[in-house]
Amino acid sequence: MQAILASLISFLPRAIMQGTPLLYGATGEIITEKSGHLNLGIPGIMYVGGISGAAGAFLYEHSVDVMNPALAILIPLSCALVGSLLMGLIYSFLTVTLRANQNVTGLALTTFGIGIGNFFGGTLAKLSGTGETSLSLPQTKILFKTSLPFAADLGWFGSVFLSHGFLVYLAVVIALIAAFVLGRTRVGLQLRAVGENPATADAAGVNVNRYKYVATCIGSMIAGLGGLYYVVDYMGVWANDGFGDRGWLAIALVIFAVWRPHVGILGSYLFGGLYILYTVINIGVAEQELFKMLPYVVTIIVLVVTSIREKRESQPPASLGLAYFREER
Amino acid sequence: MKMHEKVREPLFHIIKRDGLVWWKSWLIRIAAVAAALLFSGVISYAITGENPMDIYLTMIDGAVGSTHRVWNLLQAMAMLLCVSLAVTPAFKMRFWNIGAEGQALIGGFAAAACMLKLTGVIPDALMIPTMLLLSIVAGAIWGVIPAFFKANWGTNETLFTLMMNYIAMQIVSYFVSIWAVPRGSGQIGMINGSSNIGWLPRLFGQKYLVSILVVLLLTVLVYIYLKYSKHGYEISVVGESENTARYIGINVKKVIIRTMLISGALCGVAGFLLVAGSDHSITSDTIGGRGFTAIMVSWLAKFNPLTMILTSFILVFMEKGAGEVATDLGLNHAFSDIITGIIIFFIIGSEFFIHYQIKFREKEKASIDQDDKTEKEVKA
Repeated sequence: MQAILASLISFLPRAIMQGTPLLYGATGEIITEKSGHLNLGIPGIMYVGGISGAAGAFLYEHSVDVMNPALAILIPLSCALVGSLLMGLIYSFLTVTLRANQNVTGLALTTFGIGIGNFFGGTLAKLSGTGETSLSLPQTKILFKTSLPFAADLGWFGSVFLSHGFLVYLAVVIALIAAFVLGRTRVGLQLRAVGENPATADAAGVNVNRYKYVATCIGSMIAGLGGLYYVVDYMGVWANDGFGDRGWLAIALVIFAVWRPHVGILGSYLFGGLYILYTVINIGVAEQELFKMLPYVVTIIVLVVTSIREKRESQPPASLGLAYFREER
Repeated sequence: MKMHEKVREPLFHIIKRDGLVWWKSWLIRIAAVAAALLFSGVISYAITGENPMDIYLTMIDGAVGSTHRVWNLLQAMAMLLCVSLAVTPAFKMRFWNIGAEGQALIGGFAAAACMLKLTGVIPDALMIPTMLLLSIVAGAIWGVIPAFFKANWGTNETLFTLMMNYIAMQIVSYFVSIWAVPRGSGQIGMINGSSNIGWLPRLFGQKYLVSILVVLLLTVLVYIYLKYSKHGYEISVVGESENTARYIGINVKKVIIRTMLISGALCGVAGFLLVAGSDHSITSDTIGGRGFTAIMVSWLAKFNPLTMILTSFILVFMEKGAGEVATDLGLNHAFSDIITGIIIFFIIGSEFFIHYQIKFREKEKASIDQDDKTEKEVKA
């Protein structure tokens, strides 16, 4: 019993760490999807968020001898935000203004973003002339991982819930704010109207394109933070393709959370747990591969069950994936 | 008169074109590709500092610089084209099958499993037909599962097929791990390397020729199927409007399931060709993202199988060319992904100018209105 508890206490913080990038990605994607845009570029955006943050941190770490803690946090943070904002702008310009197909644009954005991430991740250290061979960020990682000073004194509670860097809590806060804005405010109501039926929203005087742009860009920036968290807090070094399929998992999480950011919080930790479950269960290497399938299987089950039950609150936004052209009504 | 005065015309507005002459729309597309090439040249120059002209020459050399490279290019084109052909019937039906990666992978896996487990069990001559059959069945099953749920309960197919990709990958990883040679190495390696059982035969000494010819044949077949068969007609009606389809007595459920069976089966063929025709092995990365690239190929070609030959050529050419630039300059290989992304962005963007027209406010009219207004003000 004691042993199980101990392993649970060591497992939970790791599930939270694995879940945090997913939470950022899913919250961002939920906001985007609520405007009627299925952004399949999220995996690419998260790569770009990660690499721009890492690049900012790397260049700062190597340009000064003593780092200013505030700058060392703000520079990567703002780099990641700007990088993912640019990706969001590409996507929304193509899909909103030019009315391009969302799936195609999203997939191209993912190819592009992963390319950007791996390209600069693989060459920036060499190009920078600092003599480094990889983008490693030891000092930045320490800063981002700084947790509350008294966390260690609080026993299991401290190690499970308080031992994380601030980005873990920021993810939860953003998800809660997103849930509040979407569900309880006028802006959220109008955004949902845009995603459900843009023509009606337009007739009611909502600026449809502005909502689509803003939702997509904010969503991208939030998703980009997930990439940042993975690089500067979880890893501390850039590894090509290291982020793996987490971006797709974030899109899966959106379905699992039935388009509700606050459900996404628990969902992300559950997914994070499922993602690394194979490390704590004593099984062979081959069976581990089957365990990694779990999050996707769970997502499909949720997708099927919600569509069979036809509960109106748990359906995708009605006009998800469709371009809106006022003159075409 | 007063009402007219208050109307403020925006600077420009967008109207839909009735349809553009084919050469004009192709001119726009060619301009987009040219602009994309120019832009990639600038980007490459910014990163590497090399003369952009040299970069283009290196690209051409990397793609078609030698006989060997031409064959590699054709092979890569054929494989991409095959997956693109597979997703096209589904797309025409507005069924967003983004699970081609998984469907092709499971097909390839079936072929590889056949080679591993049935060599010596069944007559060698039956090996290739068995592999092909099992690949088709596996791909079709993988494709029809999401279609079944879509047809009966409207389950979102984009998300469903996407998830199926990763399930296929993990299943393949599992078996690769179990069947690894040598044990524990985590990879299967070349299957039947000495006996060549289950390998597609060489034709005129060319290893890839059989697969290329098969894909060419499939291209023509899919073109005919979509354009001239009753099924093809039903697919396009369902794609245009499900209600219309129901009204004229098309069984929409049946069409969705049948089309995804075909789509998945063709993906299975692609997986088979990859395993039997070039890789002779299987990993979870055998399809290598072609399932996703194929979506762009098919869409850029407006779902026309013959045009897809061209679009797949453009994408493969850029990939191989940019890959050569990267190797040549000691850059990371992901460089080609960036270039591919840029090209696609430009082509996607150009579609807007084919379908829509930007009308600017007519200047004279505006100025006359202005004059009118000032006159009135003066009078008042």
